[in-house]
Amino acid sequence: MSMKHAVMAGAVMLAASAVALAEPAGGTISGKVTYEGTPAKMKPIDMSKEPSCAKMYTTPPVAETVVTGTGNSLADVVVYISAGAPDDAAPSTAAVFTQKGCRYIPHVLAFQVNQELKIVNEDQTSHNIHPLPKLNREWNKSQPPGTPAISEKYDKAEFIPVKCNVHPWMHGNFAVMKNSHYTITGDGGAFTLANLPPGKYTVTAWQESYGDQSQEVTIGGSETKSVNFVFKAKPY
Amino acid sequence: MGKLLGVVLVIIALVSAYPILKNQYPLPEDISTHGHLIDEQLHDTMVEAGISFIGAQLVLAYFVWSFTGRKPGSPLKNFPGGAKVLVIFAFVIVGLEVLALGAFGQKAWASVYFTPAKADSLQIQAQAEQFAFYFRYAGPDGKFGQIHPEKIDEGNQNYFGLDPENDVAARDDIVSGELVVPENREIHLMLHGKDVGHSFYVRELRIQQDFVPGLDLSVHFTATKPGKYEIVCTQLCGLGHYNMKAYLNVMSQADYDNWFKQQSAQ
Repeated sequence: MSMKHAVMAGAVMLAASAVALAEPAGGTISGKVTYEGTPAKMKPIDMSKEPSCAKMYTTPPVAETVVTGTGNSLADVVVYISAGAPDDAAPSTAAVFTQKGCRYIPHVLAFQVNQELKIVNEDQTSHNIHPLPKLNREWNKSQPPGTPAISEKYDKAEFIPVKCNVHPWMHGNFAVMKNSHYTITGDGGAFTLANLPPGKYTVTAWQESYGDQSQEVTIGGSETKSVNFVFKAKPY
Repeated sequence: MGKLLGVVLVIIALVSAYPILKNQYPLPEDISTHGHLIDEQLHDTMVEAGISFIGAQLVLAYFVWSFTGRKPGSPLKNFPGGAKVLVIFAFVIVGLEVLALGAFGQKAWASVYFTPAKADSLQIQAQAEQFAFYFRYAGPDGKFGQIHPEKIDEGNQNYFGLDPENDVAARDDIVSGELVVPENREIHLMLHGKDVGHSFYVRELRIQQDFVPGLDLSVHFTATKPGKYEIVCTQLCGLGHYNMKAYLNVMSQADYDNWFKQQSAQ
């Protein structure tokens, strides 16, 4: 997971720096997402019904609805500018969502409105991907092993839970964003939103079980503002 | 030419009977205490149906052989006493046959469906959903937590809709994707359908019972041989039906106790 997150964070930063080349360098918002209290213990996933997936793990993987790290940090939290920044055009690169070992990788995938979403099945079994949007059009598609990637798009911003109609334990999330100022926290819970032009912003952190929190931040110039989020963990 | 058809009929009857008599397609191993009753019933049915089949084919062949080659204009030969006697005779024979099978088979059916599970049987709840089975054990406290459909959250592994936050009995419930049972102990399986019709079928247990949404049905059995056996859904339930299966894992009591302890600790 940590590698995946690192790669993803890297990709987001690369994308951000590409934008930076075109625009004048702006301010930065950085901070950390943590929890207080006792989070629920994530249970191991029983994949015995799908031996081709079960054999890919030496110890059964656990559910990922709350992913914690050292120092009470929370991973897989989407941190984004929910107000104050203009909508951005979608980048030409596709966001890739992979089904591997009967799990979704990454567990939370953020991409922009109208950006291409590519869904890949790397397993030796059929999957049936079924995102459950409330604002966008709902679809579900079967994807047998070895078939080409499914290409889709969403035209409205929202958080979409994703499930597999064949494997009940499979669960992931799409975060469809209005602008390019977003990131997903990795193992340490840290985040950075760079290249923000001067202005007043609302920064929101979203965690799939704990909901969202927002804070107002004003960026004057090329300064770095620190913002931290603390979620209340629930034991059950 | 007509006589040849009689010979062909005899050959077909004997060739079809041969693999059955040789037991070419034996039943799968029986690992349950009640399974032998079902097997005996199947065997009796096969013997009775087999004798009737061969008898009917031979009679047919005899008639074809004897009454073929009628010259045009020659008188029709009638069965002695006319067709009415024959029809009544056949009706009584077949009726008695079916009644006898029902009467003898009644004990095999009743031992599973009309006899309740023993009070000390191990209670396990089986839930069928598109497209998996989940099994719930009461946990160390011996009590099942309540089910709340609105709490079902599969991404969080809450397949049954338990409410551990408010329901203490639900906190230690064990939920498994595999049906793990100790050998030689009666299992009372309570079947709960979550979405559409499914079926619980383990051929080695000689049990096949549908899940009906809205009805909590139950079956009971005692498995006698440790090992892993396939549980398959035998009611077409949708796109992933072909992939809807789980495993029955029969263990010694000691192994089962270990497994139970391990699951409770998670």
